[in-house]
Order: sequence, then structure tokens, then C-alpha cells
Amino acid sequence: MEVTDTWYLVLSALLFTIGAVGLLVRRNPLVMFMCVELMLNAVNITFVAFANALDDLAGQTAVFFVLVVAAAEVVVGLSIVVALMRRRPNATADDIAELRG
Amino acid sequence: MVDVIVFVISAVIVLGGGLGVVLNANPVHAALSLVASLFGVAVLFILQQAHFLALVQVVVYAGAIVVLFLFVIMLLGVDETEDLKHEPLPYQRPMALLAGGVLFVMIMGGLFLSGPGGSDGAVALTGQSAATAPMNSEDSNIVQLARDLFTRNILAFEATALLLTIATVGAVVLVRNQGGEDLVVDEPGTSVG
Repeated sequence: MEVTDTWYLVLSALLFTIGAVGLLVRRNPLVMFMCVELMLNAVNITFVAFANALDDLAGQTAVFFVLVVAAAEVVVGLSIVVALMRRRPNATADDIAELRG
Repeated sequence: MVDVIVFVISAVIVLGGGLGVVLNANPVHAALSLVASLFGVAVLFILQQAHFLALVQVVVYAGAIVVLFLFVIMLLGVDETEDLKHEPLPYQRPMALLAGGVLFVMIMGGLFLSGPGGSDGAVALTGQSAATAPMNSEDSNIVQLARDLFTRNILAFEATALLLTIATVGAVVLVRNQGGEDLVVDEPGTSVG
């Protein structure tokens, strides 16, 4: 028995599904961001699995850019959360409408 | 055989960490589960000869991003347990689980039923191999990645510099204390701003 790329793709699909369900279910904006990170990591597993299976380095380069964009996304997202929580501590995702105007 | 053992252990860590993020009521515990999950992904990267990405995964994700999460959790003092029994929108959770199940079935269908090869696997899905940047075995992973990054993707690389600058400026603008509005301070006798 050996590990084929299909194993990685199935694992990645499972992790993506966990992240997506968590994003829909949880109401704390910080935990929702963590679920987004889970989904990004699932996609990264897929990229690396394809890069390995097809002998194509472009997949690994794509993961590199996903990491950079994820870092930028976390910085901006967390500063929105800080701006929200300052105005209303213990806010949930429903209270993001508070930032209007 | 060693590959299978390492894969199974890290897959359990990855999925267990993922479930921990979703199911933990305390945000700090969720962040620590996220660290476990990200480490498992790094091990999977090593298993697939992506050594540099495994390093970056540990340093950037498990190091910087999760520390940023924990920093914001501690800064805002939202580290108390959320009441997970409370469900404000009726039927939200069953519907979310249903949507997740449908999503998973659709991905599995795309994986096993589509593609020119007709069987499973990445080559079967795309029908060709090494279309853009073929790997060679002489150079190390980091040398190959650097060559691909600084030749074929140099414009995208420059664009990430712009993106990171915009993100930094955006973060400063968003959290700036505008109009002399007082911050909420929970320690008596101190004043901020």
C-alpha cells in the first residue's frame, strides 16, 4: 500500500468541508477567520498534491502566493474585528452592520 | 509503508485540529487546535517533497498568523467561553451540515467521476503532466522554487509587495482611534488616548 495523490485530495476535501461548515455555524468573527484559514490550507494541500503528482512546480509557487494573500487577509480582517469589538465588546458576526456609516 | 503511517498520523492531526477549531467554545482553544492542524499540513508538505513550503508553513502560519490571532483575542479580552447551545437562527446548523455534506459529495464526484482519464488521481483529472514548470531532480526544492518565482512569476511577486503595503496601511487606518473617542479600559485608574 502506498500513499497516492487521491489520498491527499480526499483529505483536502474533508478539511475544506470542516472549514466551510465551521464558517457557516460559528458566530464569533475570530473563529470564522480561523475557519477561513482551514479552507485555505485545504486548498494548499491540493496544490502541493497536484505539484507532486504532475511534476509541476507551479503548484508550489501558487501555495507561496496563497500564503502571502492569507497573511494580508488576516491583517486586514483582524483590524476590522478590533474596530468592531472596540465599539461593542462580545460582538458576533451579526453586529458587523454596526460599522456602517 | 512508512509513508502510509506518517500520512495517517498527520491526517488525524489535521482533521482533529480542524474539528477542534469548529467545536471548541473557547477561542483560545480554537486557535491552539488551528496550530495542530497547520503543523499536520506542514508534515504533509514534507511528505510530498515541498520542503521550503513546510518551513514557511510553520514560520508564517503556525508562528505569525496564529500569534496574531492570539494577540487579538487577548487584546480584546474575548477569551471567555461562547455559549454553543444558543442558536439564534432556527435550523441554521442542520442547514449548514447539509450544505457541507452536499459540498463534500460534489467534490468527491468531481474527483472520481470526471476527467479524461476516467479513473482517479491528479493525472487523470488534468490529462497531462508538467505543463508549466517541470521539476528537475538535480536542484533542491528551494532553488527550483526560487527560479520559478523570480522568472515566470516576477510580476506577481512585485504585486505581493504592493499588496502587503496596502494591507499594512489599511490595518493602521482601520484601528486608528478617530475623533478622540475613549477606548474601553477595564483597569481602574488608567486612561488611554
